[in-house]
Amino acid sequence: MDTHHIVRVVAVTKTFSLGKMPVQVLKGVDLEVEAGEYLSIMGPSGSGKSTLFNMIGGLDKPTSGRVFIDEVDISQLDAYELAWLRNRKIGYIFQTFNLIPVMSALENVTLPMIFAGMSGDDAVEKGRGLLDLVGLGERFQHKPSELSGGQQQRVAIARALANDPAIILADEPTGNLDSSTGEEIIALLQKMSRERQVTVISATHDFKMLNVSDRVVWIRDGRIDKIEHRDELSISIGTIQERHESAHS
Amino acid sequence: MTETAGRSKGLAISRQIVLPWSKSLSMAMNSLRIRFFRSLITTFSLVLAIAFLGYTLTGSAIARELFRIHGDAAMPLLIEAGYSLDSTGLGITAGPKELWLMVLSLLVCTVGIVNAQLMSVTERFREIGIMKCLGALDGMILRLFLLEALALGLFGAGAGAVLGLVVAWASSFLHFGALDYGQMNILPLLAEAAKAWGTGIGLSVLGVLYPAILAAKLQPIIVMKEEY
Repeated sequence: MDTHHIVRVVAVTKTFSLGKMPVQVLKGVDLEVEAGEYLSIMGPSGSGKSTLFNMIGGLDKPTSGRVFIDEVDISQLDAYELAWLRNRKIGYIFQTFNLIPVMSALENVTLPMIFAGMSGDDAVEKGRGLLDLVGLGERFQHKPSELSGGQQQRVAIARALANDPAIILADEPTGNLDSSTGEEIIALLQKMSRERQVTVISATHDFKMLNVSDRVVWIRDGRIDKIEHRDELSISIGTIQERHESAHS
Repeated sequence: MTETAGRSKGLAISRQIVLPWSKSLSMAMNSLRIRFFRSLITTFSLVLAIAFLGYTLTGSAIARELFRIHGDAAMPLLIEAGYSLDSTGLGITAGPKELWLMVLSLLVCTVGIVNAQLMSVTERFREIGIMKCLGALDGMILRLFLLEALALGLFGAGAGAVLGLVVAWASSFLHFGALDYGQMNILPLLAEAAKAWGTGIGLSVLGVLYPAILAAKLQPIIVMKEEY
């Protein structure tokens, strides 16, 4: 079967200016992500991991190079098309959950559907279904402040799936959760990716993520250090901790 | 691609990303309800300024009515209360000092609204960024803030206008208690109160304009930043 590249990153660089000093955060990154893949981007803080991640999500634009989502160069898109892309093609999951605090779980999940023009009743029905799917069917009327971290992240996952996106972008999805809750969230993401054929791209430094990833991209100093497939991972998994520590030292 | 093609493509997509008016309204009302205390503070300066405006306007209307009914017989009392015959010699106007106070209070009130709304936008940076991540267009954010301001204006300025009318009516008895109110036409009074109400709604919307544009222009990447 022909592999379909849902995301293609071509020679991307990004330079930020800190005061008068230009700092090159990404120094030429090439990356292709296949549809349906579960990809983890790993790297220490300051490696350019988050910058690359934001770029893939259409939240930031490269200084040079191109980012294609579904073979569309996102730097060519206007504000409307970017909004459409964020609404239909991409579902975002954040480290800090980022639910809208004044809205109930159900309202949070249905908001992207309302933006997409779905009628109120249909949105509620689909929203309830998605909350059931993530195991929060009973708590749909709760506000984010009345939910635990893990529950909030489940709502965020349901919200990310609202418009059946092609890609789910998860930025440190387990970063604010304890270890066992993190595992549940990872398992849920994996299940969604498998059952719904969604491409999951996740920036993380949680090693629990590696077990479920099809590929892991290691970023160091603004470049791709190494890309490992799952089968290679199982061999090198013992050395990962070691490498991680050396990256931090 | 030509300019027109780009624009029509934008329009086509803006029709695919929607926020129905009913939903916008319920979101705006919900937002006001949940931030009730803050909304109250934002509205308070408006209530006071419009109460003062309404008081001055309806007070003048009462004076004009009394002049219409009683003619020159009411003049000594009117002059004592600070009113004077206008240049045509047919009407009654408030003193220049009151006009100045009115303009000043409205100015201060507008600055207060801009200030409070800027605060409210800053507090909601993250929330606005999240909506942008979910696909919200600039115009939707703008509309939500304008609707909130419109509601604050309707209620706040409405309360102010009623307060002004009641106080003007009551205090007129202090000055003109000796005169007969029997033939007084209530309509000019209500018209002046409505004028104050309308001014208040206008100011509320005017005051939110700059903060709302600021909010609408926020980029979704703002949610990735820790400090908000």
